[in-house]
Amino acid sequence: MTDLARYARELGPALAPNMGRAMAEAIELRAAVAFSGSFPLLSGVNLSVEVGEVVHLSGANGAGKTSLLRVLVGLVPVSQGSISVLGYDLRADRRRVRREVDLLGHESFLYGDLDARENLAFWLGADHHSPSRVPSGVLEEAFMRVGLSERLSLTPVSKLSTGQRRRATLALLYARRRRLWLLDEPHAGLDADGREIVDDLIREASRSGTTVVFASHEIDHARTVATRSVVMVGGTIVAPVDGGLGDGDSDGA
Amino acid sequence: MVRDALHIARKDLRIEWRTRITAFQVIPFAVVVIVLFGFALGPDPARLENAAPGVFWLAVLLASVLGVERSIAIELREGAFDGLRLAGFDPAGIFLGKLVALSAQLVALEVLLGVITAIVFQVSLASFWLLAVASVVATLGIVAVGLLYGVLLASSRVRETLLPLLFFPVIAPVLIAGSKTWQAAISQHVSAGLGWLELLAVFGVVYCSIGIVSFGPLMEDL
Amino acid sequence: MRSLGEQRTLADRIQRILGLSALAGMVATVWLGLFVTPPDQFMGDLVRLIYIHPPLAWVAFIAYGMNFLASLAYLWPRTRDLRWDQLAGSSAEVGVLFTGLTLVTGSIWGRPAWGTWWTWDPLLTTTALLFVLYLGYLALRRVPDDPELRARRSAIAALIAFLDVPIVYFAVLWWKSLHQAPTVLNPTTHKTYIHGSMAWTLLLGFIAFTITYAWMVMIRYRLGALEARVLETRITSALRERQLEGSHE
Repeated sequence: MTDLARYARELGPALAPNMGRAMAEAIELRAAVAFSGSFPLLSGVNLSVEVGEVVHLSGANGAGKTSLLRVLVGLVPVSQGSISVLGYDLRADRRRVRREVDLLGHESFLYGDLDARENLAFWLGADHHSPSRVPSGVLEEAFMRVGLSERLSLTPVSKLSTGQRRRATLALLYARRRRLWLLDEPHAGLDADGREIVDDLIREASRSGTTVVFASHEIDHARTVATRSVVMVGGTIVAPVDGGLGDGDSDGA
Repeated sequence: MVRDALHIARKDLRIEWRTRITAFQVIPFAVVVIVLFGFALGPDPARLENAAPGVFWLAVLLASVLGVERSIAIELREGAFDGLRLAGFDPAGIFLGKLVALSAQLVALEVLLGVITAIVFQVSLASFWLLAVASVVATLGIVAVGLLYGVLLASSRVRETLLPLLFFPVIAPVLIAGSKTWQAAISQHVSAGLGWLELLAVFGVVYCSIGIVSFGPLMEDL
Repeated sequence: MRSLGEQRTLADRIQRILGLSALAGMVATVWLGLFVTPPDQFMGDLVRLIYIHPPLAWVAFIAYGMNFLASLAYLWPRTRDLRWDQLAGSSAEVGVLFTGLTLVTGSIWGRPAWGTWWTWDPLLTTTALLFVLYLGYLALRRVPDDPELRARRSAIAALIAFLDVPIVYFAVLWWKSLHQAPTVLNPTTHKTYIHGSMAWTLLLGFIAFTITYAWMVMIRYRLGALEARVLETRITSALRERQLEGSHE
């Protein structure tokens, strides 16, 4: 068994306590409204996602895709409506859900002055149920999976290209193995090879029971990995299309 | 909380080690401040000796603002504050970790600066232990206030201008107490210095407590 | 169930009463202070400032105390309400105004009495520091942001500032002491220093200034409430606009 698999096993029991809850729906949003100051980011979202689904979020810029992802991870509060993620009511407490959700955002969450290895060791060390010194086998395997060479993993992150930083953050996601992945434009900045890796990771995650919601303009890639696609316009979800991917009847999306 | 604090402190110190910004930028800045004050106050040794304590602490405070600014800026780049929230670190631990890391750097600066001030301002320092303890205690209070305001303003566009405005008035008692402690050390009236040390300790305890309690809620507003 | 029109009138009425009493109190204090009470043996007419300077300082103290309590009320989850934040802000604004006036009157008093425009005595210095401290607080409040966010920030900043006040006071006190012992609060000098019509005028002064403070805070508070209402309408219309954006596809 690889170091990473053993490591993930160690994390497993920690996550188990919540496995009993609401296993049917990973995400449940009803008329959710969220503000940033006086600007409505979400103007009433209804969404239901089951465990293991891979949902593709599409929409024009400013439609609210990023905001929705940030709301789902509990970074932005919901002021109206109801929201339940992995069994947690985010209107009551939006902090606890964060240990079980991973967000791949526009920013890399990496410290530029440290190299990828040190970054991962730091971020992984946060998990209280894992040893604070992460076994190096875990890091190596994660980097191999995302195609980051050893040399690159030892370079300060500020010297890496956007695509390489993306891969480093993906390595973190891969190593953390959380139950819900929220990906904001995961393919952005990656070459063809990198995009394949992202698709593989999503497929693999879904197979092992992770729920994935990702926002992307890459319709082709989305087609191959998503189980369904929804469109956002004006802070709300319109025309959720079931099965494969629809014919995109909203303009500009 | 303590585990997280150590984790974060180690990370901050490692970043400093990598970039040496405090070492090569902040310390030289503080030294320049001391020297400039030396020029401003003139060559009269009596006047210099009188001024030395205040000048030392002023330089330390100016350096502290830079240090706090940097400590916060590190987390703001690439959204690391968000990352910290998502990773599940205990916010009180984050506060303590950054407190310890930055304080350690500043205490190192103070040791160096103390020596330079003593030389430039021609004062003889006795009672080293009094100065050392006062340094550590005062620094913890200074950094606590700095981090509190720093994170309060972290998401604000006016952080860099507002931070000094908010920081310096609150920190005035530390300036007073710190200078008085130095004076006590110079004149070797240790008992007087102890009274001021108590004040520094009260200040430190109050603001470290506020920090531990409010860092979490403050981080949520970023 | 009172109608909205009636409710508004009640607040207006209170405000008017406060305003009139404040005015009456001030006029009485000024008249008594300038014409009726006797000049001091040593300071002459300068002592008349005693009817203004200590009351100003007292009110500033109340203002900051109120700011602190209101901020705490806002932070406490069970009593969280933006109106506490509004009260805190209004109180601080009046407080800063009065602190500034305290400094000016203190300076004016000091010049002939001590020969300098400024002295580093504990009370005056602490007041100066308070002035800057709360000026910073007001600057923080002016940063445009979501009201809840601003309220939380300001409340914590108020805590940081207020808890500093005693520390500052003791630090400055130990540092230097020149200011005359607080005459009214000091029981031994009370009889010999302030007596008769002076004492009554001083008391009147305190009351008049306190009422003035309440009046000013009320005005500012209601102004703030109106601002909040405007903001709310803006939020609701922004929400509606965004929803329309969605339905147009």
